[in-house]
Amino acid sequence: MAAKSIISRPVYGTLSPQPGKHHLFIADAEGALAISDMAAKAPAGFFDGAEIDFIPGPDNKHVAALEALRPAQFHQAPSFASLLPRLKQTLGNAHMGLRLYLAGTEGLIGQAMQVALEAGIDHTSMQTEHRGSLARRMQCVHCKGITENVTTQPSTCSHCGLLLLVRDHYSRRLAAFQGVCINAEDRSEIPPMEEAFP
Amino acid sequence: MSTGTTKLDVVVSDVVPVNELVTRFHFRRRDGELLPTFSGGAHVVVEMRDGDRTRLNPYSLMGSPLDTREYTISVRRDDVGRGGSLFMHRSVKPGLEMVISYPVNLFSLDLRAKKHLMLAGGIGITPFMAQTAQLAGEGGNFELHYTCRTASLGTYADVLRERYDRRIRLYHDDRDERIDLDRLLSTQPLGTHLYVCGPAGMINWVRDRAAALGWPSEAVHFEHFAAPQPGLPFDVTLAISGKTIRVDEQQSLLEAIEAAGVDPPYLCRGGVCGQCETNVISYDGKFIHNDHWLSEEDHRSGCKIMPCVSRFEGRSLVLER
Repeated sequence: MAAKSIISRPVYGTLSPQPGKHHLFIADAEGALAISDMAAKAPAGFFDGAEIDFIPGPDNKHVAALEALRPAQFHQAPSFASLLPRLKQTLGNAHMGLRLYLAGTEGLIGQAMQVALEAGIDHTSMQTEHRGSLARRMQCVHCKGITENVTTQPSTCSHCGLLLLVRDHYSRRLAAFQGVCINAEDRSEIPPMEEAFP
Repeated sequence: MSTGTTKLDVVVSDVVPVNELVTRFHFRRRDGELLPTFSGGAHVVVEMRDGDRTRLNPYSLMGSPLDTREYTISVRRDDVGRGGSLFMHRSVKPGLEMVISYPVNLFSLDLRAKKHLMLAGGIGITPFMAQTAQLAGEGGNFELHYTCRTASLGTYADVLRERYDRRIRLYHDDRDERIDLDRLLSTQPLGTHLYVCGPAGMINWVRDRAAALGWPSEAVHFEHFAAPQPGLPFDVTLAISGKTIRVDEQQSLLEAIEAAGVDPPYLCRGGVCGQCETNVISYDGKFIHNDHWLSEEDHRSGCKIMPCVSRFEGRSLVLER
């Protein structure tokens, strides 16, 4: 689990069933396990008013476990980008009383939160649980390009090629950690690259 | 000592009876300057000098925040209260010089909201007068549901209907009109914020139903100034100041502490803001908690009290003050 370093670095909790009749779950990969664990504590009939949108990832695991919860709607998507139109539609038609649960990688939680914030949900009222990879979504502060699934420290910007220090400084608006050039004084100085966010 | 507030020297510029219970008071600055800017939902604490007694009561500002030439408050007469509203009704006339606090807002609009859903009960309408004026000026999306006992006691209902037409829904107790609350709360678009001001029972009802229907607490705002309730006199020891004082029947604990020359922080004097929260060192007896600030756990613990509205019955009470 992510440790708190600076104030903008998101910290995640443990999903817990909220009151109300409408529940929207967005999860990727091992985030499914967070939903299964929460389901054990949920009151009977909880999933009758639930929708689960799931991005299983390449190994396609956990789908059967989520379907077994018998949510009112179960939707599977190959990527967050492909889920986005549906998510916007769902939130655009939703009413107060809909509770949001985000589980899985930080990239997924952050991007789903970004859409939900725009739809008017306060970030503190969303349930979140981090599971799986620590890979980060990073914005290069120099060229503003976003690089997905960053696992190393430092990391190369996939847009402008600068070598970036991946900071804990996080933007909820951009759903990304900030990457700042690590060798701006002397570009020939190449610090060793470590697998920091496996 | 009022935290963060400075005093304003004002003169009563107008006194307007609104109906059989409510009177409106207008204040202007004595030096003729504009009053400080405020936002919808703000209140001021009015100092009432009544002979040798000074009362400090909070009232919501109900004028438009776009006009700071004057502040207006509306006071509902309470014939069995501690006398503040009666003083306002009987003794405050145009031309009287008074002192009020700077405005403080503990009930502000969340301007990130996609829509503002307002629920008012009785004199709880006053903060919404300012909030609706503020939102209407900005083209904001709001809807106000206002419950009053009878049409003649529906303070400003006519004004609101005229200004905002169908955005105002009225419910009259004497005609058995009731808000279909569950339906109302279940049909609001995502991103709606809820605001409720009225009697304590109404606020508790709305908050309970909203929570049960899945509204996150971040989207539910409420304000209720609890007037300090009279009660049996009791003695209190102020450990830091080394004083033992008596709180009279009609006096609040905060007023008694102030009368003894001790200056605790305060803002709202209505059990809402938390400024005057005081630690209890020891006690033998029973607390009568009337605030909306401390948690139920705090109330049970016997470790804290809000002296602006809460009282005590028993043998001894020692406060860290």
